[in-house]
Amino acid sequence: MNETRDTRSSREPEVWGVLAEISSVDALHGTCEGLRDAGYTQFDAHTPYPVHGLERAMGLKRSLVPLAVLILGLGGAAAGMLLQWWVSAEAYPLVISGKPLFSWPAFVPIMFECGVLGGAAGAFFGFLALARLPRHHHPLFESERFERVSDDAFFVSVAAEDPRWDRDETTRLLRDLGAREIEIIEA
Amino acid sequence: MAEAVRDVDPIEHRPELIEGSPSMGEITEAVARPVEWTPPLGWWIVLGISLSMLGVFGVALCWLIWEGVGVWGNNVPVAWGWPIVNFVFWVGIGHAGTLISAVLFLFRQRWRTSINRAAEAMTLFAVACALVFPAIHTGRPWLDYWMFPVPNQMAIWPQFRSPLMWDVFAVNIYGTVSLLFWYLGLLPDLATIRDRATDPLRQKIYGFFALGWRGSHRQWLHYERAYLLLAGLATPLVLSVHSVVSFDFATSQLPGWHTTIFPPYFVAGAIFSGLAMVVTLMVICRVAFKMEHIINVLHFDRMAKLILATGSIVGYAYATEFFVAWYSGNLFELFAFKNRALGPYAWAYWIMVTCNVVVPQIFWFKKARTHMGILFVASIFVNIGMWFERFVIVVTSLHRDFLPSSWDYFSPTLWDFATLIGSFGLFFTLFTLFVRFVPMVAIAEVKGVLPQAHPRHEHPAGAPSVPYEADPQEA
Repeated sequence: MNETRDTRSSREPEVWGVLAEISSVDALHGTCEGLRDAGYTQFDAHTPYPVHGLERAMGLKRSLVPLAVLILGLGGAAAGMLLQWWVSAEAYPLVISGKPLFSWPAFVPIMFECGVLGGAAGAFFGFLALARLPRHHHPLFESERFERVSDDAFFVSVAAEDPRWDRDETTRLLRDLGAREIEIIEA
Repeated sequence: MAEAVRDVDPIEHRPELIEGSPSMGEITEAVARPVEWTPPLGWWIVLGISLSMLGVFGVALCWLIWEGVGVWGNNVPVAWGWPIVNFVFWVGIGHAGTLISAVLFLFRQRWRTSINRAAEAMTLFAVACALVFPAIHTGRPWLDYWMFPVPNQMAIWPQFRSPLMWDVFAVNIYGTVSLLFWYLGLLPDLATIRDRATDPLRQKIYGFFALGWRGSHRQWLHYERAYLLLAGLATPLVLSVHSVVSFDFATSQLPGWHTTIFPPYFVAGAIFSGLAMVVTLMVICRVAFKMEHIINVLHFDRMAKLILATGSIVGYAYATEFFVAWYSGNLFELFAFKNRALGPYAWAYWIMVTCNVVVPQIFWFKKARTHMGILFVASIFVNIGMWFERFVIVVTSLHRDFLPSSWDYFSPTLWDFATLIGSFGLFFTLFTLFVRFVPMVAIAEVKGVLPQAHPRHEHPAGAPSVPYEADPQEA
């Protein structure tokens, strides 16, 4: 893939950023903290499994997924009750065992299930939206080495859109922080 | 001093969850192998048998739809025959998958990571089998839309005061949420298969379903939060689903059904039966796919303890039913329960008690909890016993009607058997395909419980070290 891109343009290829392989999970924390303390914001850690505490090392904020779950969960529950009220009291009013048309206690189970459905949709789709997925093409996938991210390798990537980005400066910083292999990723 | 206390990893004092201290690469290799190899002859044989049983299901359902529900043994007074028995049985099987994936996750039982993927898959397939029965039990599946609140030419709407309607919502939503939960957990592992693929077609297919997962911490952050919340939502959901299934019975006024103990008793029984099914499947899979070090004796030991605990709850519920029947002073209630244990279906009742209450007692012994042969045989007994439990509840309560002139003895027909065997065919076909095409162990999660997975706090002083207890995302 890299070759085809090189033949396409003779000028300096555009740079997406840099990918650095980190030797161990311990070093990963240090590298992330180093980048954070140097003022970088558009960098990321890539790991085969979730490494807890990394969000602090990276200076990330809490996830907003719970908000999506809360809103859609309550919305789902409200929609469930609304549906049952409308069907039972408006669209098809039918007196059963002398109960009122809107006999809400009987509608609680379905309201609850609809709330769970809404919450689950909020968790799943909230995650997709916040994680910017699906995104089947990404410059990082051009790297051969990056294929091991889902196996046993740890990486840090810094995007060129970071305000602190400087090709040589960033590379040197990553090397100082102990990165093993450093690779420039083309856009 | 406080520093030192914080840095102690409580997990280190426990036995290692994965045997043989494998490297992360070895874990990937071991789990990805069954997805990438040319399947051995044994897999084809199992698939062949499962597909034949599925074929039986197809024939049985076609004959049912052609001829009508008369092909089954259902008749007044036992109008609810095997279809409802099979439905409750399959929904129950599914519940252990959610227990392992969601409830044990919330309780931070880290050993669940070796078995949760397969258990969740089992949930999905069991719910699929269960959903077939309400869809076909009237013999007129083209009228299934009557169950859903959709505008129709008759201008009528469903009756939401009926527990049968609650069931429609509960089971369908349960299936949907289980699917979302399973797929979310699967994303990182699909990416693993994508990254390992050499064949471009495989790469495209797995890449498509991996949604472009990059293992980035900005993704993991939301992923873990979403996973935790889904577990938190699935836990009350699974309790509500079998409670609602039990309402189908408990809200009726039939002696033997009309009891308040039904919801907890059904939920315990469901988890009991599902755990037995997980054990049955895992005893075979770990050997067939050479994962003895990942799904090891420790996992079976703990599942056997759960089977013993839930089995004892079920046994306690059986006893409580009799006590309440006697204590209530209600003659009809007392008759129903005497008839259950001593009447024409006593054979079924005592099969149930033997399989569900007596057999699991063997798990008081560690030897039995760690012996694969005993585990396998006992789990089969539990599966049989739990099917009989539903049979006993449905049939013994119905066959003695309020009018003695209506009393009858229910016997299943050949087509009842064909439908039951066929539903196992659907289940095993789906499961056989699952172990071939999807990583059957959660690779990323297993890596996370390896001793080398988390920093030993060797990074520069002053950096915040994370106390284990304080991290809500810890599984």
